Amino acid sequence: MVEWTDFERTTIQDIFSKLDYEVVGPKTLARCLIVYPWTQRYFGNFGNLYNAAVIMGNPMVAKHGITILHSLDRAVKNMDDIRNTYAELSVLHSEKLHVDPSNFNLLADCLTIVVAAQMGKAFTGEMQAAFHKFLAVVVSSLRRQYN
Amino acid sequence: MLSKKERELISEIWGRLTPVAEDIGAEALLRMFASFPGTKTYFSHLDISFRSAHLLSHGKKIVLAIAEGAKDISQLTVTLAPLQTLHAYQLRIDPTNFKLFSHCMLVTLACHMGEDFTPTAHAAMDKYLSAFAAVLAEKYR
Repeated sequence: MVEWTDFERTTIQDIFSKLDYEVVGPKTLARCLIVYPWTQRYFGNFGNLYNAAVIMGNPMVAKHGITILHSLDRAVKNMDDIRNTYAELSVLHSEKLHVDPSNFNLLADCLTIVVAAQMGKAFTGEMQAAFHKFLAVVVSSLRRQYN
Repeated sequence: MLSKKERELISEIWGRLTPVAEDIGAEALLRMFASFPGTKTYFSHLDISFRSAHLLSHGKKIVLAIAEGAKDISQLTVTLAPLQTLHAYQLRIDPTNFKLFSHCMLVTLACHMGEDFTPTAHAAMDKYLSAFAAVLAEKYR
């Protein structure tokens, strides 16, 4: 069981309450596909991913980014049992989507950067550490059902 | 592989940050110590509290080295030769830590540059910092 301090709980709830999923989702996934182009391998049916501008304007990327953020929201609302909350998603990513779990960290890093850019100085080192821990738990839960 | 445009972008960004090297460097280090406490083990001989003299001077050193390398990326191995020796034979910092620092540097840049830290700039910077770290570790073995 993951132990969360009061600061960590508050920080995570706080940060996510400030995020507009319709904006942050698309930005995060687009950034991942641009900064780590090999991640595009999982999105062969998303149409044109030819360059940064096109990726940022791609509606399928945007829609999927929003889906991802809403999934993260479930983890935010179930911080004491992310493992079970994500059990099905883990099976999906492993058995159906065949996603290399290393990619989860790449997306997590991109989300961190998007949040940092939005919050500026307000995103302190301590908040970053709490955010990092949260995403590490999410990633670990997603990895869990791989075998 | 960095394109000509990316090299120019990187050189331009670091040129702009050189006057605040101390602040950027110290912030990146503090972020790294907060998120990755294992990295503090390399600093047991220094005072690395918020804006301590040691932290500021160390942060400044690191950022100035990164900025220097950015002036001519094709000459990275030449520019970093003395630092390569220092890290290989004296500091012997495990290279996995370079990744952790690079990540925190990217977060610092995002906080400072906001929307200006575009995905393109982010990609270029990530590539540059990876190349920098790789060159730094070259003499390890």
